[in-house]
Amino acid sequence: MTAAIEVRAVRRTFKAGKRTVVAVDDVSFSVPSGGVLGIVGESGCGKSTLARLILGLLPPDSGEIAVEGQRLADMDRKARARLIQPVFQDPFSSLNPLARIRDIVGMPLVAQGTLARAEVAKTVDEMLARVGLTTEMGRRLPAELSGGQRQRVAIARALVLRPRIVVCDEPTSALDVSVQAQILNLLAELRHDLNLTYLFISHNLAVVEHVASEVAVMYLGRLVEREPTEALFARPEHPYTKALLASVLTPEPGLGVPDVGLGDSLPDPANIPPGCRFHPRCPIAEPRCATTVPPLKPRPGGGVECLLA
Amino acid sequence: MSALLEVEKLEVGFGRTAAVRGSSFTVERGETHCLVGESGCGKSVTALAVMNLLARNATRRAARLAFQGEDLLKLNDTGMSRLRGNAMAMIFQEPMTSLNPAYTIGSQMTEVMRRHKHVAQRVATDRAADLLARVGITAPGLRLGQFPHQLSGGLRQRVMIAMSLMCDPQLLIADEPTTALDVTVQAQILRLLAGLQRDLGLGLLLITHDLGIVARVATRVSVMYAGEVVESAPTAELFANPRHPYTQGLLRCVPVPGKIRRGEPLGSIPGTVPRVGPGFEGCAFRERCDFADETCRQSIPRHLAAPTHDFLCRLPA
Repeated sequence: MTAAIEVRAVRRTFKAGKRTVVAVDDVSFSVPSGGVLGIVGESGCGKSTLARLILGLLPPDSGEIAVEGQRLADMDRKARARLIQPVFQDPFSSLNPLARIRDIVGMPLVAQGTLARAEVAKTVDEMLARVGLTTEMGRRLPAELSGGQRQRVAIARALVLRPRIVVCDEPTSALDVSVQAQILNLLAELRHDLNLTYLFISHNLAVVEHVASEVAVMYLGRLVEREPTEALFARPEHPYTKALLASVLTPEPGLGVPDVGLGDSLPDPANIPPGCRFHPRCPIAEPRCATTVPPLKPRPGGGVECLLA
Repeated sequence: MSALLEVEKLEVGFGRTAAVRGSSFTVERGETHCLVGESGCGKSVTALAVMNLLARNATRRAARLAFQGEDLLKLNDTGMSRLRGNAMAMIFQEPMTSLNPAYTIGSQMTEVMRRHKHVAQRVATDRAADLLARVGITAPGLRLGQFPHQLSGGLRQRVMIAMSLMCDPQLLIADEPTTALDVTVQAQILRLLAGLQRDLGLGLLLITHDLGIVARVATRVSVMYAGEVVESAPTAELFANPRHPYTQGLLRCVPVPGKIRRGEPLGSIPGTVPRVGPGFEGCAFRERCDFADETCRQSIPRHLAAPTHDFLCRLPA
C-alpha cells in the first residue's frame, strides 16, 4: 500500500541577508493512509516550513515529496488541490474579509472549473452543514463570525474538494479552550467519516497526544524523535522530547512549575551547532555529542537521533 | 490588616458594552491570585482598570478599589503615576510591543527608577544589571546596551519582569506573561516568576486563559465569564470541587496527557461567549448551560461552597 504522505531526504534553506537559514534539514518520513502525524517543536524549528513544502507552496532545495503515491513536483496546482488542503492557524487572517462565507468555501470548486454554479452552491451548503454551520451563515462575512465559526469555515473550504490529506498548522492555537475542544472534536469526526489523513502541527503537546496516532519531534530542522503516540508519551528517549514533555503544565494543582533544565542558550537556525544540534542545551550532553552527528537509531514505528538513547 | 489589593464590585463599560460587571476579589501579600477566563471575559480590562490605564472612552466604577488601604478611586493622574511602576507594576503579554524599540534595554530599565526613586544613573544601572542577572540573563552588562530587537522573545519577557521589579513593587500584575512564548520558555519564565514572588513576598495578580498555568502557580483562582467572577476558590479546592457549570465545562475541555483517551471526544462547551450590554439581568452563561431554566434570567445569588469558596449560580447543589 502506498503511504498517504512520503517525504524523502527533503532539505529547504532560506537566505537571510548573508546568512543561510536551514529550516528543514534532510527530513524523511511517511504517513500511512488514515493516520495522523503530529509534529511538535518550538517556534523556528521548521515545522511550518515543512507544512508548506508538503502543501507544495514551497519547492524543496533537494529531496522528494509524494502524496498518495504521486510526486508533488509532477502535479499541477489543480491536481494538488484535489489531494491535499491546508487549515491554518489564524482564522482571522486566512479568510478574505470582503468575501461572503459561501464564496470562500466555494472558491476551490470554482477554481477547479468542473461544476456548474448550482452544483457549487449545493456542495457548499452540504459542506457548511457538515462542519456545523447553517446556510444562513454562508451569506455572512468573516467579520460577522466568531473565531471558532471562522475556523469551521476554513475546515469547510479545505474539505470541499474532498481531499485525501489535510495539513493542519496550529489549527486551534488562536482559539479559546472551550472552542478549541469543539474544533478538535470536529476534526476527529471528519477524519473518521471521510477517511482523511492529517499532518497535525502544534506546539501544544496535550492536543497532539489527543489527536495524533504518531508524533514527530522537530528540533532545528530535523526530526529528532518519531514514534507512535503512546510510546512517545510513555517512554520519550530524546532529551529534547523529555524536556518538551516536562514543560507541559497539566491542570494538576500542587505540582508546581517543573525545571525543564534546558538553559538559556536558544537555538539559532542560521548557526547550527556541530555534532548533535541539541548538545548546547542538552542536560546530559557528553563531549562526543559536540563532535559526532547522531545517527538514526530505529525503534518500532519510528526512531530517535541521540547518541545516548 | 487590609489586603494588598481590594477590588469590590468593579464595573467597566465601553459605550454599549459592559466589559466588567461587578467583579470583586482581593490579592493578599505573598499570594498569587489568578484571574482565568476566555478572551473577552474582562480579565485584562480588570487589570487595566486597577492600574487606571483604560482607554479614554471607558467608564470605571467600583464600590471599593484600594491598594495597601489607599483608595485608588480618589487618586488623580499624578497620584496614580506615583504608584504605577513603583509600588504596583505590570507585565504585559507581548514583550515586543511593550518595550520601546528606539531605546536600549538599559535606558528603559533605569528610567523608571530614576523617575520614582530619584537616584543617580549609576545606581539605577547597577540595580538594572543586578535584576537582569537575577532573572537569569547572562552577560547583563552587554544586554543593557542592546535594543529590544536584538533579544529573543523569552529574553525580552525576562527584561520586562526585571524592569517591573526595579522599584521593589508590592503588587505585580502580569497579563498573560507567557502566552507568546514556547512551552519550554514558558516553564522557565513561570518558574522565575513563582520564585521571585516567593522570595520577595510580592502579591501577584496573574491573568491567564491557561488552566495548566493556574493549577501550577496560583494560590487562589477567580474564574471570569462575561465580565463577572463566577467562581472563586483556593486552587486545589477549585480543581477538586468546581461548582459553577462554566468552571466544570472549562475543566473538561482541557486535554490532560494520560487522562483522556485518544479517540474519545473532548468535553466542550457549545456556543460562544455572549456580548453583554449594560442592564443585562441574570446569568450570562445560561445560553450555553446544560442546567439552565427560566429562573436563570433573574438576578443570581452568590453561594458559599466553603468559607473561602464562592460561586454565582442559582443551583446551590
